[in-house]
Amino acid sequence: MTSEALTSTEYIRHHLQNLTCGMQEGHIHCAHDAAEAKAMGFWAINVDTLGMSLLLGLCFLFLFRSVAKKAATGVPAGAQNFVEWAIEFIDNSVRGSFTGRSALVAPLALTIFFWIFLMNLMDLIPVDYVPQLAGAMGLGHFKVVPSTDPNATIGMAIGVFFLVIFYSIKIKGLGGFIGELTLQPFGKFGLPANIFLEVVNLIAKPVSLALRLFGNMYAGEMIFILIALLPFYLQWTLSLPWAIFHILIVTLQAFIFMTLTIVYLDMAHQEHH
Amino acid sequence: MNINATLLGQTIMFAMFVWFCMKFVWPPIMAALEARKKQIADGLAAAERGKLDMELAAKRAADILREAKDKAAEIISHGDKRASEIIEEAKAKAEVEASNILERANSEIEQEVFRAKEQLRTQVSAIALAGAGKILSREIDAKAHNDLLEKLVAEI
Repeated sequence: MTSEALTSTEYIRHHLQNLTCGMQEGHIHCAHDAAEAKAMGFWAINVDTLGMSLLLGLCFLFLFRSVAKKAATGVPAGAQNFVEWAIEFIDNSVRGSFTGRSALVAPLALTIFFWIFLMNLMDLIPVDYVPQLAGAMGLGHFKVVPSTDPNATIGMAIGVFFLVIFYSIKIKGLGGFIGELTLQPFGKFGLPANIFLEVVNLIAKPVSLALRLFGNMYAGEMIFILIALLPFYLQWTLSLPWAIFHILIVTLQAFIFMTLTIVYLDMAHQEHH
Repeated sequence: MNINATLLGQTIMFAMFVWFCMKFVWPPIMAALEARKKQIADGLAAAERGKLDMELAAKRAADILREAKDKAAEIISHGDKRASEIIEEAKAKAEVEASNILERANSEIEQEVFRAKEQLRTQVSAIALAGAGKILSREIDAKAHNDLLEKLVAEI
């Protein structure tokens, strides 16, 4: 526990609070508690989520770009081995699920997988380290795992959603896309039912993407926080197995997000009859 | 856990990362992978070709070796034949030479015998003449009876 003065409820609440900052009365202000953060409304920013996302995304891009810049056809070594393995893995996944041809889908899948993987991986940092460090730097809250913030997962899901709509319209035309929404599965006489079913079907894609990732990571983080409530000499008995199990979840969730994105984009590329 | 502008920021960041990855990460690595794949395929094909070439060369070398062996055997047999021919020729020549020498010797001997006989005859006629002269003493003039005597010698 961070301090003897904190109750368990306060401790958990503290760990689940983002560093939310926004403009208030002309100057930048960071919320001290959940109520204050809520009062800031929509035009506030979770600095920790965006900061960590940016940092991890840049780590990923830096590693891959540094390899790409000196990519040689000779015998690969070191980081090039890893990057080439990763690229081949993603390429195989895309080839397996995506039947069309697109220059976007494979890099998209690569970005999604490694970015989310790195974000999820932050979950394995012991829960108190980063908040303590942030506290020492004068920041009241700091959630180190961006994927436990629904803003991050919904943000990415919205990106995928836009791509789905964009490709649906690009491949089938605006009329084709609207026809797909309205004329099936019941034909033109079941139009209201069609619209209802298809819109739900369409909306369910980003919602399920966002909430699946968020739910898994949030629950995992929650359990780490609960384990951290135990006396320190007992924590390892639970946190070690959970961390090991979490390595699987971290990878699996990144993989699921990537695969579903590929599948959704594949569906957007296919004509329904 | 409020929904706020973080969401927009995350979407924008996501788009930028994907764009960067699509522009500057994926194509060069994919190109390198493709190029290496091609290089390896070329290398394998070249190795295959080299192996084929080597097999061909070995076959040709074996052919040439066999040809050379055949030729050598031919030359040797030719030489043997020639040698025996030469020996035969030499033998024939020697025989001819020997018979020539023999003939010459025979004819010489004959001549010698003839000469000896001639001599003997002249000497016998001389002796006979001398004996007859002695017997006849003065009666016979050597000059007067020379043609007679010569006829006698020829008869002997």
